[in-house]
Amino acid sequence: MTAQTLFDKIWASHVVDSPLQEQARVEALTGAGLSVDGDAGEKQEMLYIDLHLIHEVTSPQAFEGLRQAGRGVRRPDLTLATVDHNVPTMGRDLPNPDPLSATQIEMLRRNTQEFGVTLYDIMDPRQGIVHIIGPEQGFTQPGMTIVCGDSHTSTHGAFGALAFGIGTSEVEHVLATQTLRQQKPKSMSAEVTGSLGTGVTAKDVVLAIINKIGVKGGTGHVIEYRGSVVESLSMEGRMTICNMSIEGGARAGLVAPDETTFLYMKGRPHAPAGDAWEEAVEAWRSLPSDEGAHFDKHVHLDGTEIAPYVTWGTNPAQSVPVGGHVPELHELPEEHHESAERAYAYMDLTPGTPISEISIDRVFLGSCTNGRIEDLRAAAKVIKGKKVASDVGAMVVPGSGLVKMQAESEGLADIFTESGFEWREAGCSMCLGMNPDILSPGERCASTSNRNFEGRQGPGGRTHLVSPEMAAAAAIAGRFVDVREVVS
Amino acid sequence: MVKGKAVPMDRANVDTDQIIPAKHLKRIERTGYGEFAFEAWRSDPEFVLNRPEHADAKVMITRENFGSGSSREHAVWALDGLGIEALIGEGFADIFKNNCFQGGMLTVELPADDIDHLMEVVGKQPESEVEVDLEAQTVSLGDVSWQRHFDIDPFQKYRLLRGLDDIGMSLEYQADIARHESTRPGWLPATS
Repeated sequence: MTAQTLFDKIWASHVVDSPLQEQARVEALTGAGLSVDGDAGEKQEMLYIDLHLIHEVTSPQAFEGLRQAGRGVRRPDLTLATVDHNVPTMGRDLPNPDPLSATQIEMLRRNTQEFGVTLYDIMDPRQGIVHIIGPEQGFTQPGMTIVCGDSHTSTHGAFGALAFGIGTSEVEHVLATQTLRQQKPKSMSAEVTGSLGTGVTAKDVVLAIINKIGVKGGTGHVIEYRGSVVESLSMEGRMTICNMSIEGGARAGLVAPDETTFLYMKGRPHAPAGDAWEEAVEAWRSLPSDEGAHFDKHVHLDGTEIAPYVTWGTNPAQSVPVGGHVPELHELPEEHHESAERAYAYMDLTPGTPISEISIDRVFLGSCTNGRIEDLRAAAKVIKGKKVASDVGAMVVPGSGLVKMQAESEGLADIFTESGFEWREAGCSMCLGMNPDILSPGERCASTSNRNFEGRQGPGGRTHLVSPEMAAAAAIAGRFVDVREVVS
Repeated sequence: MVKGKAVPMDRANVDTDQIIPAKHLKRIERTGYGEFAFEAWRSDPEFVLNRPEHADAKVMITRENFGSGSSREHAVWALDGLGIEALIGEGFADIFKNNCFQGGMLTVELPADDIDHLMEVVGKQPESEVEVDLEAQTVSLGDVSWQRHFDIDPFQKYRLLRGLDDIGMSLEYQADIARHESTRPGWLPATS
């Protein structure tokens, strides 16, 4: 048998074999006067979805579509809802001051109730960012297909699950049929060998990969992250890397499941237990890519050469190591000059400025990229006993209610508040600027989130993407500093 | 078939946060997003969508990686709200392209040289009409003085031309779906 990738195996085991669909395809092609052999168009396949995560922002129109067509939800028992994008991170016991947000959240309550879908509502301790709670509850498992109306669904790929973001029409399709019509993407191997130095994190690895392949380097591909650096990362770190696959254009990222994966999962509320656990683990061990499996594209990085990264521009590929400077035009390929010039202006940066001379106004620690317990521990370690710079406003938004509770029980919340960070309730918050947590025009933010697009964190706001450790060090110094000099 | 004036959006990597900012994703309908499309860039009076000569464009000419970032289908609804019916560009982000297909918004990919030409013509002669013929798979300028062929998956073309309902089609395969379900491992998680 041909050697298969992890991606090939998951894909093949989820294709719904449908003679009727094949017949319809043949009819369409012959009807259009075309041949039906493999070359006549890429073949769309119907993929079964094991877990469908939904949230308040991209689902209301999908439920309304079902209602209008008189359709139901095929598998409410494979669907999980929470509120995250649009919830306030403070004053949750008070009425929501924004009537539009309140209506959207209320719609999710009504829709989940009407269609029988489980909802982790705003006061549920399990509420949180949809990509944090899936793994936390043990819903995210190797070999599964997982979708959500959110591009950072790629996060779940850290467990060796094929997980990707979809639009609202596709959300409706999954609700009605528990399947999706998709063409199989190509595969890409991103191999990171060697090891990481102290103070260098998964966030820096993924920023380095995106810097190398560019924001469209992964378009049309599913990336499998491999190599000794990836293998040695914790599940939290693997999630951070897979999370940002979409920033390199790839809909999904994957890491082969291994002992680290199983150790993280065992005993979680919805992970298999008893004999089922043994049976599942045995099956999961057969998932990793076979020796010699074919990838359509390759990229390689040496982990020992990766430094903490800081983005300087308005897309996630516009980044440099912290010891560097805002690149001059002549240091960039010509096709990037125009976007670099727009970024200099928007970010109010002069080419050649050392990164360590860029001072900041705000720090945001959180998001589906870096809002897990390990991220908070790492940041707390950097700030312990120190004070946030007097002219910097800093906040921590834990990724879930359970992350928040754990951080409080470990004493991390006290470390943050004593050093001057605000300690908030779980949600997406300032990652996307949908709730009241936004930057003011012109404010500059060191952010652990995933996108530095113009206005992403609020109109006119300027975002620099960094790791939690780097964000913490910047909060104390009031400017970017090399965290390796702070911790050593 | 889409025929009308075109607007040149001459920037690479136009992300969906620019097309429709997150703060306008609070509506629970599929309509009403057009007035917020490209909100930040529209504060510049010189921005191409503010120029009267492009006011009623039906086609948008774009660069590479248009629609990158968020999966929000609201981006397609916002373009639709602007009166855009087809996008012609160097390349589109994966999720955005799927969303366009779902929303009946035609995306046509052409090589950079052809996009350069279209940008120049519609920039200098904004009254020029661009025609996208899905049936013939061609993009033409004016009275066919310039024409290019584009590729599209034939099955997708067929579905777009017939306006077929994806969900309705998939629901015909319920027996196949049920058969697949019966083979799923027992340890897989359930949410209720």
